Amino acid sequence: MKALEGLKDSYKISVPVKDGDFHGFGSLDGKKAPDFDYQNTRLSPKSLVYPQSERMFEYTLDENDPDANILKESAKDYSPHAIVGIRPCDAHGFQIANLNFDNPEYRDPWWVMHFESSVLVGLGCNEPCSTCFCTQVGGGPFSEKGLDILLYDLGDNFLARGLTDKGEEFLKKAGGGSQADESLLKDAGDLAASASEMISTGVSTDKLKDKVINELFDAPFWDDVAFGCINCGTCAYLCPTCWCFDIQDEVLGKEGDRIRNWDSCMFPLFTLHGSGHNPRDNKVQRVRQRFMHKLKYYVDKYGNGVQCSGCGRCVRYCPVNIDIRQVSELMNNF
Amino acid sequence: MIEYTDKIKEIAGKLFKEGKVEVFIGYKKGSVPMMNEPILIRDPDKVDLLYWDSNCGLNLCNYLTKRTDKIGIVATGCNSRNIVTHIIENQIRRDQVYIVGIPCTGMIDHRAVQRAVKQQEILDIKEDGDGFTVKGKDFEETFEKKDFLQANCAVCTHRNPVEYDEMAGSPVEELVEVEAYKDVKKLEGMASEKKWGFFTRAISHCIRCYACRNACPLCYCPTCFVDESQPQWVGKSIDPTDTMTFHILRAYHCAGRCTDCGACERACPVGIPVRQFTKKLNKDAQDLFSWEAGLTLDQRPPLDVYRPDDYNDFIR
Repeated sequence: MKALEGLKDSYKISVPVKDGDFHGFGSLDGKKAPDFDYQNTRLSPKSLVYPQSERMFEYTLDENDPDANILKESAKDYSPHAIVGIRPCDAHGFQIANLNFDNPEYRDPWWVMHFESSVLVGLGCNEPCSTCFCTQVGGGPFSEKGLDILLYDLGDNFLARGLTDKGEEFLKKAGGGSQADESLLKDAGDLAASASEMISTGVSTDKLKDKVINELFDAPFWDDVAFGCINCGTCAYLCPTCWCFDIQDEVLGKEGDRIRNWDSCMFPLFTLHGSGHNPRDNKVQRVRQRFMHKLKYYVDKYGNGVQCSGCGRCVRYCPVNIDIRQVSELMNNF
Repeated sequence: MIEYTDKIKEIAGKLFKEGKVEVFIGYKKGSVPMMNEPILIRDPDKVDLLYWDSNCGLNLCNYLTKRTDKIGIVATGCNSRNIVTHIIENQIRRDQVYIVGIPCTGMIDHRAVQRAVKQQEILDIKEDGDGFTVKGKDFEETFEKKDFLQANCAVCTHRNPVEYDEMAGSPVEELVEVEAYKDVKKLEGMASEKKWGFFTRAISHCIRCYACRNACPLCYCPTCFVDESQPQWVGKSIDPTDTMTFHILRAYHCAGRCTDCGACERACPVGIPVRQFTKKLNKDAQDLFSWEAGLTLDQRPPLDVYRPDDYNDFIR
């Protein structure tokens, strides 16, 4: 904690805080004290890099202004940002979403700049939840994927492992630590191994890449999978890997903002065309889209596994208990 | 309430056999503790999937809207009142639904249970009569259900279905002398700024996922006002003004129709006390029109009738 205080001049620092019944990420300077005794935050830390609502541009419609109708980029803060206490599944989630925002075809400037200015200081999960399945989708409770530093909570000590130059720099600035001895390293290894063993959920994804898209698309199980769905955005908005957005103009008087907001494929408006036609105008189509995207289209497009880091948030908080683990089984075994 | 499970299966099986229904809507056991999943049974051989316990706090009436087939459905007191409202509002016909009534003793407030075990992860819950036992990695605790009822269930005076074709059990005793509007009265007594502060804090975590709206059987508009784009009534960002507009207008659309089933509050992923928006309107409907939604098929709701002899001056 003391080490973090000393880093405030070098970084904006976000930490897990308890806010009512659950945890979220908040500023170290905020009213709420950091609390690292948590399983996972209710919402993923996605919004720290990719805000739910972000002003992209500003403009004036005032014809007397020489800059009338010209979009000007809104001021943004890209100063170094340390996200301390992020879980490995959420760091993996950033890696997955990064493929969408930063690839040879497109580079989303705002995502890229926020992401590159972030230092991800992970905290391994000593006690994963029963709904976690990170080990089944290419991660693990102490996975280093996408992290700059990984912390092991060994009770009396934190063991910090620098994983990237950014991470090493953070540790250097933090100072105060000492080189870990062999026995601490062994404790850390044992902790990681026992945490991995606690993940009991089996989720099969191995055969998804070999499935024929159209056959999965026409599979008979979608009606049943979708029946309970109420088409809310809980799954997408809690998810660390859902990246879809909508762009809106908001004008007050003559001053306008162009804002991008998270969007969700569960919403009918998501695909509504200007003509009034909606290619996904019923919920079965929308639910199918969610799972086909995560578990088939992404798999085929990037050859990088599924678009899911196994954090289990959608499993726990879907109000009607639609469980991606079961849907993945259905698709994989189809 | 777990004891209703076998009876529900038996009734559903019988209804399919007698050709009285083409589909049956109920719950199946959920994949995580304190959650169950709404299910539509088409195949009579699958009635054994049906399940019931005190974690069936959604509103199944939500799944009836504009269906054209013959449907069997389980319904608690509040769910049956929403079915009545659906019939009155022409969303379904009475002769299409076979209502299997559940005498309900209330749903468990999963958030309160989580608090009681200090937010430790619950791995299993077992219901037994008036109590239930939750288990986690290093704990096991037994609670009485009456201490952990959802807030709406704790003040419910219509536990037994008001409209049904068959009951899955004997009627339960209704709660009497319940002070249903204690919280609303407290709010009514506040100065405007304080009220505004209360509601502003209440929605401060809102992520505009619309789970509250979509869990509600009253929200069946083909296009919700928040989704209109020509003209656009409400901004789509998480600006507090837009979020507040959504919550207040949503509540007003439910005025005189809400049965206080609590599905909105249960569905919310961030624990917003959504019912505080609708409850004041329920109280007004009761105070001004002696009206509780969904109690009878024979009377129009107060806000959709006009009578020249109305006792209120302002409308004449």
